[in-house]
Amino acid sequence: MAEKKIRIMVAKPGLDGHDRGARILARCFRDAGFEVIYTGCHQTPEQIAAAAIQEDVDIVGLSCLSGAHRYLFPRVVEILKEKGAADITVIGGGIIPDQDFPSLYDAGIKAIFTPGAPLDTIVQWVRTNVQPRNE
Amino acid sequence: MTEEFEGMEQLRKIRAGDVRTASRLIRNLEDELPEAKSAIRRIFPHTGRAHVVGITGSPGAGKSTLVDALIASFRKREKTVGVLAVDPTSPFTGGAILGDRIRMQRHAEDPGVFVRSLATRGALGGLSKAVGDAVHVMDVMGKDLILVETVGTGQQEVEIINHSHTVIVVLVPGMGDEIQAIKAGIMEIADIFVINKADRDGSHQLESELMSMLNMVPEFQGGWRPPIVRIGNCFEPGPFGESLEELAAVIGDHYRRLVETDLLGDRMRRKTMVEIHEALRDAILAPILKEMTESGEMEEIAGRLLRKETDPYTIAAEVARRRLK
Amino acid sequence: MTMYFTKNTLNQSKELSDKWEEEVRQTVARTPDQKARCSTVSDLEIKRLYTPEDIEKTDFARDIGAPGEFPFLRGNQATGYRGRYWTFRMFSGMGSAFDTNARWHMLLKEGNAGLSTAFDFPTLMGYDSDSPKARGECGRCGVAIDTLDDFRTLMEGIPMDRVTTSMTINPPATALWAMYCAAAESKGASLAQIGGTIQNDMLKEFIAQKTFMCPPEPSVRLISDTVEFGTKHVPNWNTISISGYHIREAGSTAIQELAFTLRDGIEYVEDVIRRKGLDVDEFAPRLSFFFNAHIDFFEEICKMRAARRIWARVMRDRFHAKNPRSWWMRFHTQTAGCSLTAQQPYNNVVRTAVEALAAVLGGTQSLHTNSLDEVLCLPSDHAVEIALRTQQILAEETGVANTIDPLAGSYFVESLTNKMEEEAWAYIEKIDAMGGMVSAIEKGFPQLEIADAAYRFQQQIDAGEKTMVGVNKYASSAKQEIPVQDINPQVEEEQIARLSAVKRRRDSRAVKRDLDELKSACKTGKNVMPFCIQAVKELATVQEICDVYREVFGEYRDPGLY
Repeated sequence: MAEKKIRIMVAKPGLDGHDRGARILARCFRDAGFEVIYTGCHQTPEQIAAAAIQEDVDIVGLSCLSGAHRYLFPRVVEILKEKGAADITVIGGGIIPDQDFPSLYDAGIKAIFTPGAPLDTIVQWVRTNVQPRNE
Repeated sequence: MTEEFEGMEQLRKIRAGDVRTASRLIRNLEDELPEAKSAIRRIFPHTGRAHVVGITGSPGAGKSTLVDALIASFRKREKTVGVLAVDPTSPFTGGAILGDRIRMQRHAEDPGVFVRSLATRGALGGLSKAVGDAVHVMDVMGKDLILVETVGTGQQEVEIINHSHTVIVVLVPGMGDEIQAIKAGIMEIADIFVINKADRDGSHQLESELMSMLNMVPEFQGGWRPPIVRIGNCFEPGPFGESLEELAAVIGDHYRRLVETDLLGDRMRRKTMVEIHEALRDAILAPILKEMTESGEMEEIAGRLLRKETDPYTIAAEVARRRLK
Repeated sequence: MTMYFTKNTLNQSKELSDKWEEEVRQTVARTPDQKARCSTVSDLEIKRLYTPEDIEKTDFARDIGAPGEFPFLRGNQATGYRGRYWTFRMFSGMGSAFDTNARWHMLLKEGNAGLSTAFDFPTLMGYDSDSPKARGECGRCGVAIDTLDDFRTLMEGIPMDRVTTSMTINPPATALWAMYCAAAESKGASLAQIGGTIQNDMLKEFIAQKTFMCPPEPSVRLISDTVEFGTKHVPNWNTISISGYHIREAGSTAIQELAFTLRDGIEYVEDVIRRKGLDVDEFAPRLSFFFNAHIDFFEEICKMRAARRIWARVMRDRFHAKNPRSWWMRFHTQTAGCSLTAQQPYNNVVRTAVEALAAVLGGTQSLHTNSLDEVLCLPSDHAVEIALRTQQILAEETGVANTIDPLAGSYFVESLTNKMEEEAWAYIEKIDAMGGMVSAIEKGFPQLEIADAAYRFQQQIDAGEKTMVGVNKYASSAKQEIPVQDINPQVEEEQIARLSAVKRRRDSRAVKRDLDELKSACKTGKNVMPFCIQAVKELATVQEICDVYREVFGEYRDPGLY
């Protein structure tokens, strides 16, 4: 049997193009031995959810720096649920004020990482909370 | 009984085009789960409908952009499309960044398009098998065309490409691509040549080199001389769109020729040969290698070889005598 | 060649250096250094000591010179900051045009000398507030502008003939600049009177910031249209602000920022000359630049000094410009957003002050200082005030503006300036060999160089080789609470309502006619600016104009290089 790998999607919803963090994370997940699907910038929640299902990823990491996370993050979770893919973990990052955390958690975002979060912490979170194939 | 039922249910869903079920089955096949084998047995009789097009070329040749444009073009002709995009696994970390679909994301929401990325994972023969199996899954889903995109640099890629009915080799002027492709044995399997970024210097030279290479071929199978399609700068929508339409038409022509001359049967046989080679390797060689590694025998053999006490051929003959009675 | 130092001085220096090195060897043997290697934030290695030998090849007249003289290492102005300080230009914009207009009146009252506009993402990307792609973004990161109506609201009560305005706008720059021109005219200010800047630098968008719309080639063409229009009709406008800021924010090194920005500048100059047939001296004096002031103090100062010298040489020797104004590099600076931390946000005041000081010592023409809360949210009034006061303290209390380029002649500063110039030239030559910046971008060259640098820096942070106070060192669990500026969620609804009211009220046949004329200008290569101005006057929206571009030129999508 081949080795099972975590498949993770790094996605940038919304119109901001600040992809420094997203691209660093993509590399970092690759170096952690994950299979990383990167969507590029300017994605709608609909595109992200559809791609996540086609790629059978275990987890989606959303990065948004424009302040539109309040709409965009919950919308991704919602569409995944509608499409019967509620088992795909969704986490988020970017410029996200503390006051927004509770509503994002309520909406089903499992973890939030803001600027300065060490890469290692993020990788460890994924390893602890996500299994390949969510088994 | 329940397993059988689940299997039938899986087949029904995939035939109905269910993306979630199909992409999970592709994952199971990649991970080589035991139950995936029985799934393949179940879906295999329903395969053989789709036109499988392999697209290969060196990194930076613009394959993903081409695939993206081909998707759009086939969708205009009301064909459904599956894409398998293969990217290399890092030999150092075992991870991979699968970035080809970035260029195809505009089709993400189109239910007639299914894009799936695969990492090479560096397994012996494993990748080609995973690709071949994934092609079957997309075929059973009812995709009219399946585009398999891979970086053409080695034997492994030739095997992957052999799962296709039509092989497109993408070359770019000034990159020394043709030499690489000749080395890898990719020129021989090309049905269509694409000169991408043909607005660049050297495209005419590349074209005439290809021509003279083709002129040396005494006879073409089914009378199909691989055409050379020039694709312009993808940033100039007008000319790029026109050349893309030409490519899509040539792909259709090739398929018709395959059918008319019964070369299609030949191509299917070629795919079958690859599959049986892989299945045999999987059934015979893989368990032997696994056991020899786990028992420590391999380590011991390596020592003997290093000390020049024996040679690889003698070892192979010994192992074959012992294991394959 | 006039040597900077006499042979005698160099001999003495060599002798003393040898002695000093021996002393260092002995000391280090007893008390080792804290770090095996010291480098800048860009990982450029820095020596323990610089001496006359490090700049012995520097030619005083050729390489240093006087302020206001070629090669402008020491600044453009003969009088330095004594004639006037740099412009305190605070970047702002949020919510609706009404909200931003109110903030602007506050800033002008508090001593801000020029305005600088932040647009929201839909506007930046050329979408209207009612586009599905705009959901959740309206007014969030800047002001939402859809039509000339919004723009007039934005400029309400602002004397457009006197106050200069900078607009950070790129793909839809033609549309927004057209609105500015139309708004000014309707207030009785002529095109010859108005002054300001549009960022209008698309190459750095492909390289770094990813606010793109059409492919590189037509994007550059639209920029050349604006340069031509400005040269002929709006003489006090800076039609392009060639920007390194975003390149740096994307994680580049200081040298990459310097080299890619200047190479972008070369690309634009070449295009205007080739496409428009203008003489270089007709438009070059209006080119402006925009740099980042990052946390590594000397590296930044040297970067800015080197930038002026390289540009002067490029303009004189490569483009044969004759007007000394063409040799000038005028630039705006913003302190580094990426150096700020969400942890212990009050520390950001200190970082910004140091960065602003570097910009002043580097000789900037105008400056935006970041607010302490910008890494958390849009800046609050209170935080903006501290940032503005930082500049006023630097200008009027510290005395750093008293004398011109006070660090000149420092062995270290001159040597580092030389080093940055050399390495920047190496990049510029490499990109020349690739056939220019558009072609380098198509190959992904600058994008990947930056991605590598950004990843390396993050690894150095994670390994503790580089320090960010409060993040990977001196972290504290106690939270510093700061008030967070919020955007009223109703902004989106209200803006959409305003837009649909405008769409009902305007003469839609006239709009269609103007957009068709714009389309044919795009196809025939006529300058688009007069057509844009005509269309916005009839209340065509930003997106309607951009949709014409998208249709004619095609859409550029993220090639996703990582």
